[in-house]
Amino acid sequence: MMRFILPLILFLILSIFLYKGLGRDTREVPSPLIGKPAPAFALPTLQDPAKQFSPKEMQGKVWLLNVWASWCEACKDEHPVLMEFSMQKMLPIIGVDYKDKREQGMDTLKNAGNPYDQVISDADGKVGFDYGVYGVPETYVIDKTGVIRFKQIGPITPENLRDKLMPLIAELQAK
Amino acid sequence: MRYLLIALFCLLPSLTFAAVAKDIAEDPVIEMRMMHLAEKVRCLVCQSEPVSTSHSEWSHDVRNIMLQKMKEGATDQQILDMLVARFGKSVLYDPPVDDETAPLWVAPFVMLFIGGGLLFYQLKKRRVNDVALTPQDEQRAAELLNETSSKDPQA
Repeated sequence: MMRFILPLILFLILSIFLYKGLGRDTREVPSPLIGKPAPAFALPTLQDPAKQFSPKEMQGKVWLLNVWASWCEACKDEHPVLMEFSMQKMLPIIGVDYKDKREQGMDTLKNAGNPYDQVISDADGKVGFDYGVYGVPETYVIDKTGVIRFKQIGPITPENLRDKLMPLIAELQAK
Repeated sequence: MRYLLIALFCLLPSLTFAAVAKDIAEDPVIEMRMMHLAEKVRCLVCQSEPVSTSHSEWSHDVRNIMLQKMKEGATDQQILDMLVARFGKSVLYDPPVDDETAPLWVAPFVMLFIGGGLLFYQLKKRRVNDVALTPQDEQRAAELLNETSSKDPQA
């Protein structure tokens, strides 16, 4: 009897590991920034280079930092989702135009609409680097005390907005 | 004259290349050090390639940041720590042994131990089966052997 049970157990254990591996995106690397304060910076806004934005301004608010670019294809899929979400006015959405030309970034927003409360220009990608950005779009949920609570790598879909982001935002806002 | 001008124009692109290359290879010692360190860093965009050989833009940026930090006097370890703080331990090809990665390092030895134990158990069981031969068995075995050898035409 043992002859059959032992291989069966080993097979089942192996199956569990393989099954878990199936649904996994190996490109998605867990961010070490979760639970840490959002890195400080001061960058010019996209529309007006004389004006600056710094995360300090958002103290006391739960906010979304969305990294995008005019050259980023996946951002085009995400854009309508963000547009619709911004209509709900649930929280401030700050856009970071990552490694992009100012005019091209502004053109994109003019043609497709602007879901952002403010857009900042990270032309050389330095701020993106500090936030551990390696594939746009990326989105961070930052809480009232300025701590990063969640990072979405890749486009936000209506599903993960509804199932993950919105419940988390509501929870953080209630605190 | 016209051909000379054309020839000169053909050389123009090489001028721009020279400018780009010069910027990166300003200091060959630091450049060597950077490339050596970049071999230890995983390109997150391409994954199974180190930052040193990857052509992705992200790797290019990381190399430039490494160079810049080295010029500012950062040690190799400081640069690796900076990358880990932003991108996680998986940017290193040789991840450190700590609470999180310990299972990965220990697992092969645990499996070897389990496998070795099973093998030992099986072999021991088999040896027990082999031993017990009664005198009757011995006699029967001898008879069988004689039988076959007498049937053998060569004997």
